[in-house]
Amino acid sequence: MTAVTAGTAGTTGVPGVSDTAVAAEQAAYEAVFDAAVAADERIEPRDWMPEAYRASLVRQIAQHAHSEIIGMQPEANWITRAPSLRRKAILMAKVQDEAGHGLYLYSAAETLGTSRDELLDKLHSGRQKYSSIFNYPTLTWADVGAIGWLVDGAAITNQVPLCRCSYGPYARAMVRVCKEESFHQRQGYEALLALSRGTEAQHAMAQDAVDRWWWPSLMMFGPPDDESAHSAQSMAWKIKRHSNDELRQRFVDIAVPQAEALGLTLPDPDLRWNEERGHYDFGPIDWAEFRDVLKGNGPCNDQRLSKRRQAHEDGAWVRAAAAAHAEKHKHTGKDGEAQA
Amino acid sequence: MSTPDTREATAITAAALALGDDALVLSHRLGEWAGSAPVLEEEVALANIALDLLGQARILLSLVGDEDELAYLREERSFRNVQLVEQPNGDFAHTIARQLYFSTYQHLLYGQLAAGDGPLAGLAAKAVKEVAYHRDHAEQWTLRLGDGTPESHERMHQACEALWRYTGELFQPVEGLDVDHAAMESAWLESVTDVLGRATLTVPSGPRTGAWRAGAGRQGLHTEPFGRMLAEMQHLHRSHPGATW
Repeated sequence: MTAVTAGTAGTTGVPGVSDTAVAAEQAAYEAVFDAAVAADERIEPRDWMPEAYRASLVRQIAQHAHSEIIGMQPEANWITRAPSLRRKAILMAKVQDEAGHGLYLYSAAETLGTSRDELLDKLHSGRQKYSSIFNYPTLTWADVGAIGWLVDGAAITNQVPLCRCSYGPYARAMVRVCKEESFHQRQGYEALLALSRGTEAQHAMAQDAVDRWWWPSLMMFGPPDDESAHSAQSMAWKIKRHSNDELRQRFVDIAVPQAEALGLTLPDPDLRWNEERGHYDFGPIDWAEFRDVLKGNGPCNDQRLSKRRQAHEDGAWVRAAAAAHAEKHKHTGKDGEAQA
Repeated sequence: MSTPDTREATAITAAALALGDDALVLSHRLGEWAGSAPVLEEEVALANIALDLLGQARILLSLVGDEDELAYLREERSFRNVQLVEQPNGDFAHTIARQLYFSTYQHLLYGQLAAGDGPLAGLAAKAVKEVAYHRDHAEQWTLRLGDGTPESHERMHQACEALWRYTGELFQPVEGLDVDHAAMESAWLESVTDVLGRATLTVPSGPRTGAWRAGAGRQGLHTEPFGRMLAEMQHLHRSHPGATW
């Protein structure tokens, strides 16, 4: 963007600079920021930005990164039991990609002045959240396919507009993430199709998984528009481009014909095409369940967080070793040989 | 009665099965780390190595027959992997020691195979590049853990000792593998001695085989944790006979 670089903006307490002068300077920066957002320019790390914009982005990007990391668990649960070597390779690659997405996103968050350690600490202590969807268990192999199709499908619907998010580093991370996610989604769909067209037992396994993952996937878009605390401001700042309900409707409209092509049904008796609206109508979401899961009472909340904390604690001595080794050898080459 | 040609084909099959099983089983063990690694970068690295090994296993097993039948429908007495790769992950140091011992061996083996003109030369030429990365990864971590903190040094020491008894088997002749096992063994010892020395660790002095005669895994004689690993790996596939996935 063409905006000013954050230098002296907001430096109160500088001798000889009056409060009114600071306020005027602040207003000038805000005007430049607002104009840049209005013109669809990207805000970059060194640009001035309102503190609330910064905080809102840190919250959203961190939650997104945490979701990638916690989201490894329900799928990793099936790596050792994947039923063919091809499926096993696909699943391993996917879980590896998720760790990579976590890394991009923590880097994007770090451009806003926080650190990965600080964010992980907030995840481990429950001060920052991750997507509610990962608090549901993967009970059969078909759940891996259903997650690919529905959960990744919902994530893509949410994330594609984020490729045009006003904050540059986040938008660029999303471009990379979305490419890989759409690949995973196609593979999930294809895994589910193989089950649906397989034996009777496989078909039943696929249907059962879709029945369990459909509603939680719709909840991934967040609360309805009239209850969404951050939506209006995020849209004004062009962090978000569409409302929760708008994206949820878009997802349903895409998913229904896909379910038909799969030969599977969706567990909603109210689901039907509305000619007048040009959209599918669908039944009411159980928002009490959604709030309950967010509060920590979902089927796997404790398990997911405990496992993450455990991995971090168990790895402490490894990280300490790496730090100690780096410190000992900071003046030498990588193999302990003196640098020329 | 088998002709020289079919004897040769059988020998290649035996070699591909042995190397394929090594890669399959170690890949599975590394897959167990997903979601539990000490840092995110290691989630990526361990999965990456597991994927490389799984890729090698799929090519090698496909030379023998149907990869899924071979992976999912054999019982433990029919697996030909060395016992080293089936050892449980233990802590991160055990996983790294297992990687150091195995990838050093695999690097030498694929190097020799790639240099020859045998039926596995093409596969080896591709795999040796992957394995060079695996070896470097294991070496770097051996240095960090061995020459890190007193705790990491002690853990790495324990791990190197505990797995030492499984290393002798790596150099037993394998039918159909046209390599110089004795030369590989001395090169392996030299390389491992060098890395452990730089990591301030001592080379273990215990025996390099267990009570079984050397070559046990290659003959289908495995350690107790292996059966349980296979039970988990094969359960779903075996529950749906004839299904495709």
